[in-house]
Amino acid sequence: MPKELIRLVDCTMAFDGEIVLNAINLTIHDKEFLTLLGPSGCGKTTTLRLIGGFETPTSGGIFFDGARINDVPPHKRRVNTVFQKYALFPHLNVFENVAFGLRIAKIPDGGGKKSRLPEGEIEERVQGALELVGLKGYHRRRVHQLSGGQQQRVAIARAIVNRPQVLLLDEPLGALDLKLRKEMQHELKEIQRQVGITFVYVTHDQEEALTMSDTVVVMNHGNIQQIGTPVDIYNEPVNAFVADFIGESNIIQGVMHKDYSVSFAGRLFECVDSGFDPNQPVDVVVRPEDVRMTPPDGGQLRGTVNSVTFKGVFYEIFIDVGEIEWMVHSTSAPKIGDEVGLLLTPEDIHVMDRPDLFPEGAEALTLEDVDPEPEFEDGGGDGEDGEEA
Amino acid sequence: MKHSRVPGRVLQGFIAVFLYAPILVLIVFSFNATKSRVKFEGFTLDWYAKLFEDRQVLSALYLTLVLAVLSALAATVIGTVSAIGLHNMKRRPRKALLALNNIPVVNPDIITGVSLMLVFLLCVSFLRSLGLRAGLGFTTLLLAHVTFNIPYVILSVMPKLRQLSRNTYEAALDLGANPFQAYRRVILPEIMPGVVSGAIIAFTMSIDDFLISYFTTGTSVQTLPMVIYAMTRKRISPEINALSTLMFLTVLVLLIVINILQSRDQKEKERRFRAVS
Repeated sequence: MPKELIRLVDCTMAFDGEIVLNAINLTIHDKEFLTLLGPSGCGKTTTLRLIGGFETPTSGGIFFDGARINDVPPHKRRVNTVFQKYALFPHLNVFENVAFGLRIAKIPDGGGKKSRLPEGEIEERVQGALELVGLKGYHRRRVHQLSGGQQQRVAIARAIVNRPQVLLLDEPLGALDLKLRKEMQHELKEIQRQVGITFVYVTHDQEEALTMSDTVVVMNHGNIQQIGTPVDIYNEPVNAFVADFIGESNIIQGVMHKDYSVSFAGRLFECVDSGFDPNQPVDVVVRPEDVRMTPPDGGQLRGTVNSVTFKGVFYEIFIDVGEIEWMVHSTSAPKIGDEVGLLLTPEDIHVMDRPDLFPEGAEALTLEDVDPEPEFEDGGGDGEDGEEA
Repeated sequence: MKHSRVPGRVLQGFIAVFLYAPILVLIVFSFNATKSRVKFEGFTLDWYAKLFEDRQVLSALYLTLVLAVLSALAATVIGTVSAIGLHNMKRRPRKALLALNNIPVVNPDIITGVSLMLVFLLCVSFLRSLGLRAGLGFTTLLLAHVTFNIPYVILSVMPKLRQLSRNTYEAALDLGANPFQAYRRVILPEIMPGVVSGAIIAFTMSIDDFLISYFTTGTSVQTLPMVIYAMTRKRISPEINALSTLMFLTVLVLLIVINILQSRDQKEKERRFRAVS
């Protein structure tokens, strides 16, 4: 495991008495691609802003390379941020946007004094960064002459040209269309490999998180739900929230009868889980692609096909079984109204503790992050500032 | 039903006549060869020439320009800094202070003038009681002009601040700028069009003002509008027409400059809108 770079210890964040982050603990390692994933208002952006220095935690500590940095202002931190809405400087051209950090930086000149970077080095580093993000030859353009995707690339170049140890990215692809987003996902991953620094990435898009990350941190209501590799998170979700947020799931309330035996949907199933209390209420999670359809008498459950939707690679089929509607993904399509059987093997059944997902006071949580919406006017994004002069 | 365009055109014509006919008359008669105010009897530039020989007018012009430049500069600095401060406030106190800021704009000039005079007289008598020499004059005039100019600068700068993306300032800090550098290198250039048009509006308001100046100046210091007023009371001379014409043209040019600045800004915004969408 590479060395530890950033550690958040019991970080709590409250705005006007409303808790947005609830004593989270998180370790970020050197050269790691870590993604904070969760729905709007889960606290992922707040976590990023704590690391960037734009917010100070109400309580708890933030450590960078072992040193506590709670009170270090953003301009003295060795991290750079790519903002969701780019936040480029419209009065500067592409070159000067990227050069901004380098022109401000001061380097020790050996004689105890500090001096500015020489123009030649600035030129070289800016051109290198532009080349890295695929914008070679664009340095004289004005910012508003660029497309959204190009502006995002400038924002990335502007950040990495400063050679930060950590790059923070706040839903950087949120405003791009689907095709461009997919391209940029691969490019970002490639850029991270080339510059070899830590990326902390915020997104609400689970597919994006699974594609790009070494580590995924799933958050909800200011709490971390699960930390793991994309494969772990998908295959071994720790609770129904994670299971539901990452991919699609059938979540059924059940009771753990005894080890390796769980009852739900009106009958007893064999499973691979153990260690629960006898008769403990649990959530049973079954991925739709794990459910097999059989002739009516061939499965453990029997139901009626309610709807069939073509999804490209598979059909999404809803089947009424008693009071529960099951979602099944299959490459063959039954007809609506057909009687079918459903077959589950023990490995398909994931039994989870039923945590109190909405603890007391959860309703009071504010939605701190807002849904990323494409921005149509530069600025004025702050909804609070809409009043007339 | 088909709407006729004629009534609209007629209305437009009337509005134009009512607005500009008096000024046109003024300009035409500033070139009148005789002192007649009803008959145009030949073209002359004599009145303009006379104007520039009139020591009283010239010194008033000089004073007015100095006053306008100084008060516009001071108001621009104070107003811009205030606007940035207001912008960073929480919503509620900001709204309250902006409402306060608007009061001097809509307040009748005569009330602003009289109240400023009362305050200045109080200060003068206090200073005199300390044995200092004090009186109404250029200093009080300048203070009064700075005071009534500040709200216009704030009103002109605030919209530019609101246009800024919330992250612009943070992005500058993120890239290593300290707060002062962030304002100097990023925020100020971004809001510059608002600052410049604020300064021009302040300059114009200062040249334009009669009432507030009248109440806050001493006996020896007279601005151009005050000289014009005094001239009309003594004798009605076409010199006044010439002087007024020059003032009108100055203000007109400044207004055109402001309009060009704003429309350029608008175009810029539209370009950015297209680039993003």
